[in-house]
Amino acid sequence: MSAETQAAIDNDGSPKVVDLKAEYEKSGVAEVLDELDRELIGLKPVKQRIREIAAMLVVERARKSLGLTHDTPTLHMNFAGNPGTGKTTVAMRMANILHRLGYVRKGHLVSVTRDDLVGQYIGHTAPKTKEVLKRAMGGVLFIDEAYYLYRPDNERDYGQEAIEILLQVMENNREDLVVIMAGYADRMDKFFESNPGFRSRIAHHIDFPDYSDDELLEIADGMLAQQNYRFDEKAHELMARYIELRRQQPHFANARSIRNALDRARLRQANRLFETSTGPLDAVALSTISAEDISVSRVFTMPGNKAASPGRADK
Amino acid sequence: MTSDAKTEIKGKERYKAGVLKYAQMGYWNGDYVPKDTDLLALFRITPQDGVDEIEAAAAVAGESSTATWTVVWTDRLTASDQYRAKAYRVEPVPGQPGQFFCWVAYDLILFEPGSIANLTASIIGNVFSFKPLKAARLEDMRLPTAYVTTYKGPPTGIVVERERLDKFGKPLLGATTKPKLGLSGKNYGRVVYEGLKGGLDFMKDDENINSQLFMHWRDRFLYCMEAVNKATAETGEVKGHYLNITAGTMEEMYRRAEFAHELGSVIVMVDLIVGWTAIQSISEWCRQHDMILHMHRAGHGTYTRQKNHGISFRVISKWLRLAGVDHLHTGTSVGKLEGDPMTVQGFYNICREGKNEVDLQRGLFFEQPWADLAKVMPVASGGIHAGQMHQLLDMFGDDVVLQFGGGTIGHPMGIQAGAQANRVALEAMVLARNEGRDIKNEGPEILRKAAKWCKPLESALDTWGNITFNYASTDTSDFVPTPSVAM
Amino acid sequence: MRITQGCFSFLPDLTDEQVTAQVEYCLGRNWAIGIEYTDSPHPRNTYWEMWGHPMFDLKDAKGVMMELAEARKAHGDSYIRLNAFDSTRGFETVTMSFIVNRPKVEPKIELTRTDIRGRSQRYSWKVA
Repeated sequence: MSAETQAAIDNDGSPKVVDLKAEYEKSGVAEVLDELDRELIGLKPVKQRIREIAAMLVVERARKSLGLTHDTPTLHMNFAGNPGTGKTTVAMRMANILHRLGYVRKGHLVSVTRDDLVGQYIGHTAPKTKEVLKRAMGGVLFIDEAYYLYRPDNERDYGQEAIEILLQVMENNREDLVVIMAGYADRMDKFFESNPGFRSRIAHHIDFPDYSDDELLEIADGMLAQQNYRFDEKAHELMARYIELRRQQPHFANARSIRNALDRARLRQANRLFETSTGPLDAVALSTISAEDISVSRVFTMPGNKAASPGRADK
Repeated sequence: MTSDAKTEIKGKERYKAGVLKYAQMGYWNGDYVPKDTDLLALFRITPQDGVDEIEAAAAVAGESSTATWTVVWTDRLTASDQYRAKAYRVEPVPGQPGQFFCWVAYDLILFEPGSIANLTASIIGNVFSFKPLKAARLEDMRLPTAYVTTYKGPPTGIVVERERLDKFGKPLLGATTKPKLGLSGKNYGRVVYEGLKGGLDFMKDDENINSQLFMHWRDRFLYCMEAVNKATAETGEVKGHYLNITAGTMEEMYRRAEFAHELGSVIVMVDLIVGWTAIQSISEWCRQHDMILHMHRAGHGTYTRQKNHGISFRVISKWLRLAGVDHLHTGTSVGKLEGDPMTVQGFYNICREGKNEVDLQRGLFFEQPWADLAKVMPVASGGIHAGQMHQLLDMFGDDVVLQFGGGTIGHPMGIQAGAQANRVALEAMVLARNEGRDIKNEGPEILRKAAKWCKPLESALDTWGNITFNYASTDTSDFVPTPSVAM
Repeated sequence: MRITQGCFSFLPDLTDEQVTAQVEYCLGRNWAIGIEYTDSPHPRNTYWEMWGHPMFDLKDAKGVMMELAEARKAHGDSYIRLNAFDSTRGFETVTMSFIVNRPKVEPKIELTRTDIRGRSQRYSWKVA
């Protein structure tokens, strides 16, 4: 029997036991995961990975309580995926899970990009990076588009200074904060290739796939409902078409593109109401997005989109 | 009383020579909605047998504003309906048969800006001797922003006092020099030095230490300042002694204040009995001389203690915050002097809050805006000791001076040890509270633990640990929380 | 001579764990924390040197403790204190202050008396 296993035996000779289920229930992580399932559309593989990580953390904690391990596990993560695939949202949930399981003390998320960490003049970078790290202590530091920290083309780039400080803290303050880096998958890969220090300190890589068309439509419905709007039937059909087309165009950013499209649709709806209404408006009129609020989008008339006609035809 | 007697008589009839009921003269208006700029007063009245409470309330309003006992035609030369105070609400006092609360509204124009003397001459000038009332007590006042801003308020205030003393994050500690009377200047200064060196922030003259035959005031000032400055050098901390400058004339008070200033004292003290005008004058002097003004409420018990007659101390506190004092004795509720805990907390809130909300259990009947007037540091003094530190800190928080007179000077190991015991008890308790400990319940244990390494504290706890002053308070709020009924 | 400025000078020097608990108390009230150091504990020495700006928006004491460690590395034989700032209207000042580092040998403060007239003295202090 190893010394560790020996340590896990009570004074009366019986082995100490841990009820994993009870531990899990008590931590409240189940609620967070259920919430994740309920509130986030799609993201199946991501949810699966988060469940696995949560399970591992519960077990890790149980092992610690029995004296089988003493080290704080490395929990830094990489979220790889295209823009608008839910990385920041999931990072916030992750911070909550880590907090409930006692891996971070406060559970807040500090979200930054290169500009928050790297200065423009000599001597600026270290204080900036440290400032951010101090604010992130006890929580999760989320670095979006982390690869911008590294600019191989510029020898005197101050990003390197930030990288060194980050690496040091990621190693020495594992019990104080968790770092999540995020960005396009291919560019993150390249970034880790050139910065092996990060690669070795990151324990979990999670891929965020693009949303399917159906998922995006569901997301659109959800976003509108949250603001007390809804599509009428035709607008709903047209939105589906919009998503199909938008995906083929440059700068497509998944859920973020949908949010922007809806913002514009609400603007057009307001204008329409002003220009066409003659009498008093009821709540239904004020909260309905109609086909014409979507059909005028440039997406339908962009060159190469032969299928631009349905919107017009609807008018 | 018939409803006619309660209705204001208007027109020609109103000014016929003769006697009218106060209510008929227009001092009662049950429909009156007070203006934001009105001064409001709440009186507790006990009408003589057979006197209707509404007529009594109207009489209070009348006698504290424009009325006299008979009708005068000269009223008609003025906008008299506006100068008349209006009683607008009367309610029986819960659980006190024969007593009524009556609310009176006064138009702002009735009062001279920035003069407590004028305010008090109106509000408490005549009515308290008025025959139709057996007794009357001014329970509370709402002083509108428009009136508050006519005063300068405390010359220093809590924030600036702390910055000047460079002391933050915990109550200040003080002690009154004992015995009150008889010490020579040199012996007196010895007590001051020992207390300050031992760890107190302030020592204090008592209310009746002025310039008696056994100790001339200049002697006291010289020896006390030697003690203060020497103790400062020994500790690196700013220290002070409240030099009592109370004297027979204003000229003499200024003379003593000037001498204290010349010697480098950070604080002087006057007694409440010097009167409102003297208080406002010395407050202005303090403002001009960077001096903290300590107010000892000597004499207040003659009119604040009885619940059916006099003035509540909460009103005195409001007037003093306007008149401008920096320290005010507001009671301890655990010590030897009168004070129901909730009522006392009400006084503290008046001193320290930016705005008082209505809080009937603490005796606060009105919302009271303070218009950014500086805050008064309350002083808890009288029969308190180190063993009560957790209760004091829990009840009063950080912005308070805790004065342990006997609890310092009567320490079996000496005055320095007494001061040290109090300081260690305080710091240990603040540390524990900030660490999230439940000091109200764990207090005694926290003190005992500190006493393990601090002999003077151990000795203080052994000497006074079991002393409490549990007598029923006479000045309590008549409002108790109503237990909610489970459905 | 032990200077007794600050909240906790009559207690044994605080451990880092105790300091952390006090900082957590301050952060829980949204107070900003500043680190200051000096070699001169003169009672009227209001402005100690600032070790960087007061730290705003921290959620956890660790950030302060990291800076404190740096400050101790650079000024280990000076006085270092933590100040908490409250920006609430009507306060807007330091709201707590306590010493977290002392020189190995603390200086003495000398009292100088100068005659004015009669027996009146002008007192001044000097850090020896």
